[in-house]
Amino acid sequence: MMSMIGRRLAVGVFVIWGVTTLMFVLIRVAPGDPATTLLGPDATPEQIEALTERLGLSGNIVEQYLAYLRQLATLDFGDSFRTGQPAIALVSSRLPETLQLTLGATVIAAAVGLTLSLLAARRPDGAIDRVVSTISILFQGMPTFWVGIMLILIFALVLRVTPSSGAGTPAHLILPAITLALPFTAIIARISRATLTEAMREPYVQTARAKGLSRGEALRNHAFRNAMGPVVTIVGLQVGALVGGAVVVENVFAWPGLGTLIVDSVASRDYTVVQAAVFVIALFVLALNLVADIVNALLDPRIRVEANA
Amino acid sequence: MTDKLALSVRDLVVSTDADAPVRILDGVSLDVRSGRTTALIGESGSGKSILGSAVMGLLPDTMSAQGEIVFDDRQVLGIPERQRRALRGRWVAMIFQDPLAALNPSQRIGRQVGELLRRGGLRGKALEEGVVRLLARVGVPRPEERAHAFPHQLSGGLRQRAVIAMALSGGPRLLIADEPTTALDVTVQKRILDLLAEMQRDDGIAILFISHDLRVVSHIADDLVVLYAGRVAESGPARSVLSKPLHPYTRALARSVPSVSAASAVSDPIPGTAASPAARPSGCAFHPRCPLAREICRRETPQPREVVPGRVSACHFAEEFLDD
Repeated sequence: MMSMIGRRLAVGVFVIWGVTTLMFVLIRVAPGDPATTLLGPDATPEQIEALTERLGLSGNIVEQYLAYLRQLATLDFGDSFRTGQPAIALVSSRLPETLQLTLGATVIAAAVGLTLSLLAARRPDGAIDRVVSTISILFQGMPTFWVGIMLILIFALVLRVTPSSGAGTPAHLILPAITLALPFTAIIARISRATLTEAMREPYVQTARAKGLSRGEALRNHAFRNAMGPVVTIVGLQVGALVGGAVVVENVFAWPGLGTLIVDSVASRDYTVVQAAVFVIALFVLALNLVADIVNALLDPRIRVEANA
Repeated sequence: MTDKLALSVRDLVVSTDADAPVRILDGVSLDVRSGRTTALIGESGSGKSILGSAVMGLLPDTMSAQGEIVFDDRQVLGIPERQRRALRGRWVAMIFQDPLAALNPSQRIGRQVGELLRRGGLRGKALEEGVVRLLARVGVPRPEERAHAFPHQLSGGLRQRAVIAMALSGGPRLLIADEPTTALDVTVQKRILDLLAEMQRDDGIAILFISHDLRVVSHIADDLVVLYAGRVAESGPARSVLSKPLHPYTRALARSVPSVSAASAVSDPIPGTAASPAARPSGCAFHPRCPLAREICRRETPQPREVVPGRVSACHFAEEFLDD
């Protein structure tokens, strides 16, 4: 197990390097430059040149890249072009909100998705299974911005039970978390239903039923744990995607998260903030995948042994 | 011969629920007596495992059964699932072909063997002792230690012993053994068969032994039922059926068993391939492969009938075998 973790950490360093390098290149290839954007249309060429110099963007791209790598090695991301604050401070000020939203959505999606799949897998192709598939397709098919607006309409404006937007109290979290959770719920329900149905055909489930367990008991006590491997992996991947992909939801609910910060920073060519944010998200995705692998090893004693070897 | 019937199957028909239903089992009857072993012999696809599932009440959702399945004196086919479930594990238990697949890979042996004890209300120390006693009884060495092992950490023979311990945990009167030695090494096979015989002697359990292997069956069976394409070809006391088959299929089957001294691996294979219930030939299902087939065999389905006392054959010309 420890050697697996060690291997994954070593690979992780390369992944982080790759992601940050890609981001460094992409944002500079995109049209528009920070000095012009910051100074506005009335700026003189001299002013623009002075600012470009000050932001460290005057040398050629290789020099810039080497300087950037030197900074990265000491975890120094530079200051925001817009506000002058350290970029990493801006990012970490948004991180708690993003984590709250992501965690909330994940808890909802896992609880609802797994429950739906357990109901469906008891009798594949039965009535409940069909209802669950229909719900999954609906959840996955409805566009997030529309769901968000509908939820605000119903719960905030008509029923007046939740705030419509912003952050601060736990009540503020409810609607955006649900909105973000719906497609994720559908993914978990579908994958879990598939792996559970497959596990229900395994001989050891027949053994359990031959011992007098009902379908539901065999499903929960024997099939469930063996069916969770792929689900855990997908959840690990998807949570990572949620962290960076919550932009639309954050916009609809005016949620001050990382997604909004990235969009704003890209629009204003605030290179340092974008780079810091992407670094943090990549780190987060890697950590989650590692956690998913560890959970998988704990679920399956056979993997545990191999990983020990 | 006066042993009481533990299981009696009469005219069992199992068919698929599709638009064009297939009769996988077509009117099968057999008995298993307490303390005795009835072997159900057939090639793959003959429906022998389906019969096991039907007796357990664990047929796939796509199949349904009609006829009689009687435990002791109690018809169990068609009773509510809740009542049927209460019999499973406690009245009738099952052991399977591949012990590795039959055990949950992520649960320790002890937990799986003790599941029925636990459901019976045992907890803590009493449960642990019960599991160790069961494992010791089926000859698992160092049972305290093995109870904590995962299935993949045991050898094939030990796994099958654990599966047998699990099957015995509910104190069943009837045990269905579906090819319990097929997945094991030859050296282990004999020991597992001996273990089953020992358990049967001690507890008076009735065993329905499902197999395709006549040699294995000849060691342990008291009675023999030969299945072909979902129908009974022949049944009777094992010794008498094997020494003097009254059906050409049984005769061919007995001849196809290779003897150690024979030059080729299969001494006298049956020509053609086994008929499947989905495409059962008309009349006697065996007629396309039968050296004795005549016109009537194509037209008329022979019904199983008692040719001599205790010996049932479903061949139009069973009497002719008596003179051989």
